[in-house]
Amino acid sequence: MQAIAEIDPLAAPHARPHGAARETHDGAGTFWRKYVFSTDHKVIGIQYAITGLCFLFFGFLLMTMMRWQIAKPGEPIPIFGPLLQAVLGDTAAKGIMSPDLYNSFGAMHGTIMVFLAIVPLAFGAFANLIVPLQIGAPDMAFPRVNMASYQAYFVGGVIMLASFIIPGGAAQAGWTSYPPLATVVATDGQTYWIIGMVFLITSSLLGAVNVIATVIQLRAPGLHWFRLPFFVWAQFVTAFLLLLAFPPLESAAVMQLMDKVAHTSFFLPAGLAVAGPDGHVSGGGNPLLWQHLFWFLAHPEVYVLILPAMGIVCEIVANNTRKPVWGYKSLVYALLILGFLSFIVWAHHMYLTGMGTKISTFFQTTTIIISIPSVIILTCLFLSLWGGSIRFNTPMLFALGFLPMFGIGGLTGLPLGFATSDIHLHDTYYVIGHFHYVVAPGTIFALFAGIYYWFPKFTGRMMNEFWGKVHFWLSLIFMNLIFQPMLFQGMAGMLRRMADGGANYSAARVPDAVGGLSNYIMQMNTMISYAVWMLGLAQVPFILNFFYSMWKGPKAPSDNPWQATTLEWQTPTPPPHGNFLTAPAVFRGPYEYSVPGHAQDFTPQNQPDRPATT
Amino acid sequence: MHAAMEIPYVSTPRPDTGLYNAKIGIWLFLASEVMLFGGLFSAYILLRVGAPDGTWPEGWLNIPVGTTNTVVLITSSITTVMAWASCKMKQFGRFKLFHGLTLLLAMTFVGIKSYEYHDKFTHYEAKLNDQLVLADGKTVFGNLVANTNGVVLFSVSTGQPGEYEATPAKYAQAQVAKIVPGQIVDGHLVERAADHITLSGHTVAEHAELMNMRSAAARHIQHSEITLVPAQLRSIETYGPWHNTYLAIYFTLTGLHALHVLGGALVIGYLWGPGSKLWQTDPERFTNRVEISGLFWHFVDLVWIFLFPVLYLL
Amino acid sequence: MATSEAHEHDIQASVRRYLYVFYALLFGTGVTVAASYIPFGNHEINIAVALAIAIAKASLVAGFFMHLISERKMIYGFLLFTVVFVAALMALTVISTGPTEMIHVQHVS
Repeated sequence: MQAIAEIDPLAAPHARPHGAARETHDGAGTFWRKYVFSTDHKVIGIQYAITGLCFLFFGFLLMTMMRWQIAKPGEPIPIFGPLLQAVLGDTAAKGIMSPDLYNSFGAMHGTIMVFLAIVPLAFGAFANLIVPLQIGAPDMAFPRVNMASYQAYFVGGVIMLASFIIPGGAAQAGWTSYPPLATVVATDGQTYWIIGMVFLITSSLLGAVNVIATVIQLRAPGLHWFRLPFFVWAQFVTAFLLLLAFPPLESAAVMQLMDKVAHTSFFLPAGLAVAGPDGHVSGGGNPLLWQHLFWFLAHPEVYVLILPAMGIVCEIVANNTRKPVWGYKSLVYALLILGFLSFIVWAHHMYLTGMGTKISTFFQTTTIIISIPSVIILTCLFLSLWGGSIRFNTPMLFALGFLPMFGIGGLTGLPLGFATSDIHLHDTYYVIGHFHYVVAPGTIFALFAGIYYWFPKFTGRMMNEFWGKVHFWLSLIFMNLIFQPMLFQGMAGMLRRMADGGANYSAARVPDAVGGLSNYIMQMNTMISYAVWMLGLAQVPFILNFFYSMWKGPKAPSDNPWQATTLEWQTPTPPPHGNFLTAPAVFRGPYEYSVPGHAQDFTPQNQPDRPATT
Repeated sequence: MHAAMEIPYVSTPRPDTGLYNAKIGIWLFLASEVMLFGGLFSAYILLRVGAPDGTWPEGWLNIPVGTTNTVVLITSSITTVMAWASCKMKQFGRFKLFHGLTLLLAMTFVGIKSYEYHDKFTHYEAKLNDQLVLADGKTVFGNLVANTNGVVLFSVSTGQPGEYEATPAKYAQAQVAKIVPGQIVDGHLVERAADHITLSGHTVAEHAELMNMRSAAARHIQHSEITLVPAQLRSIETYGPWHNTYLAIYFTLTGLHALHVLGGALVIGYLWGPGSKLWQTDPERFTNRVEISGLFWHFVDLVWIFLFPVLYLL
Repeated sequence: MATSEAHEHDIQASVRRYLYVFYALLFGTGVTVAASYIPFGNHEINIAVALAIAIAKASLVAGFFMHLISERKMIYGFLLFTVVFVAALMALTVISTGPTEMIHVQHVS
């Protein structure tokens, strides 16, 4: 400890009362300036985190209700049913979810989870909170742009929520919003969706510019590119994906908006029969154009969801194995290749559109190539465990859970990458099982890991280990009980997006139906739904633990409770406005754990090279 | 007490990258803008390539007006770069002059663009009903349904555009003097009232004849004032974005571009007006701001350089 | 480090260059409009000519007005990726929605 104390007097445990420095430097700060219109990256990060967690909860709530409709089609929803009827009216008459409402909830579950929960958490919250600290910067490069980024996200979220209570309800055409369906469906919810998306895209754009500029310009002296923690690399590449992949969707959104409000025909082919008073369309448009522009974003978006998660897991694995990550440079190069390739694989979502066999072959090839860097990253993380004296604390458990879960998610994607097998699996529950393995027990586990890991840095208190472990094991079990059966259902041919959970396709209803679903497959619906509700209960320990620990948890033993090497642990706790009271300098790589000859098993990046004092 | 760390490289370049923060920020932003307009240009190519032969309009926009606007925007680019150079040479007065000109040119551009939009929104294509001239001299408007076995089946207009009586009327061949098939009147609005609309334009037989307005034939079109009553109209529509996919992409691209012009003008106006106070306290940072806003302005000019030939000339 | 006088001289040299670029842009605009009236026989040649002039004009604006010509390598890096991705978006989108061989119907007698 002595060595650190010599370099950075602030590393001493709890040298200062909480928030003292912030008050000094934000002198004029009223409540509004400090917590609502703050330009401090940490406050903005926490705003993102809280809003994102609320949306995560809300998106999950929609799904709990949809699972009721799937398990017991046409029966009134308990508890929430009367509430739905009171708020939404006839579409939930007698507390029963109508097919239209099911479609709305399905579309909004996807939209909320991807654009309002995971991206704001994984990128908005974690990049804001951690990146400036890890690179030794006082703040983001453009603090006011940062504030605007959160505000745009907030407005986008409000617009999306408002669409639930307008006449006709929220968007119903899936999170992919394919026209002509999205254009002709008789609700203004789709228009709200488009305008909401424009705000969310603007938010991501501002955030991405900020993160990239910050990483390039504000690195501490000595922190050159190959000394950056992998987490920073992951956020850096993520920011580029957001920066360059989102604008084509924005252009598509503008065109769909024109189709909705100015009655253009960008996505409507000639001869399309359209119901309703504004039946006239000029035609000449191309529905595939939307799919191209949408997936040009939405495929890189998958990597936006997963790369920050990989970054978080990498930090936690290195810290808790007490040894350097295996193959740091391989990780970084794999990440860069992954980022690049993610831009040229998008049409593997479109094999069934009849776009032609040659172009399918091209996208099939790039899709299979992109699995190579993904496997390199996962392999490096697995190999990092080899020979480590692993500490099985809560963040590490979640990080370890991430590895096989993401593995399953990735491997189940291969049959979807091949055009031939995709023809059978497309639009079935197999697809749902596949991408939820990537995002739910994958990314969300990594987010939980990150929350447990960095919680002491921002609150000065530790989260409860016992309840953390309960949270982990229950979540792991129920996640698998939810998504594993979906893979089987999908292979048996159960289509997604059916408001009755496939009851009208089952062998029981239509005995000799070709491709009818067996009872065995149908009964899984009920089992999955119970698992979903149990998964909800399993989050109660987390929520209570989170709030209890924030105020009553045991104090962190020092500014660096996990004995980590990276710079964010070398600040006071919580970091004051401006983060570091003296500008840090960096002398070594990010993961110098258990270096032979050093006095302790971790060597912080800002510790100069010299004989270790004992 | 230590002083809080300040954000570095706000106006001086970082030694290893050679750039100050905002320079990186604006170029990243412009990169995303390239992708945004790239998406729309992809749409343009796709719609145009996918359009059946003879359905993509030519010469629907006024080339002299478009050329004038191109020159206006190019000129605003040179005044912008001169404004920045003036700051570099510490000539604040010249900066004010040049950026004042930029603002004027920006407003001129928007003004000319509005004139062009107005022109499209007052340009009508009226599809006329078939016309039945009866032997007794009366004229009936509507749709010819069938003309077989000496019987003319004709669905008669209710007197409202595009609305017809539920059951078609039957006329014996002998009652009918002449059947005039529905034509198309294309022209600009002169006057519109509840019971008639007057257009200044010409009449064609087929919609396809309106597609190429740069052809030799189009140059000899004689315009005259044509007055139509509602019963004559099968449909009437302005040349708005709903008219066809060419106008849809024209309005979308130029509309988004015009929003960029307005946004850029707002920033330049701020730097020219209240924002110029920064010159007194931190001229270096002010010069950087002028440079950053200038980069955005040049990008807007650059987009127009592609929009002009693509929409006006090809 | 250049002295401020030399620096001023540099700026004056660039100002002269900006004016030449301005004249070139005006000239380019004139040529584009004129070329659009010339029937090259094939409309695709007209398109190619107009786009070639537009690219030349855009390069002048980007190179001199946006002084990309003397910009740092890092900016080139950003733009290189952007150009590659825009090209991929346009090319792949257009290729994959053009005519395909899948729509042929086999008539078997």
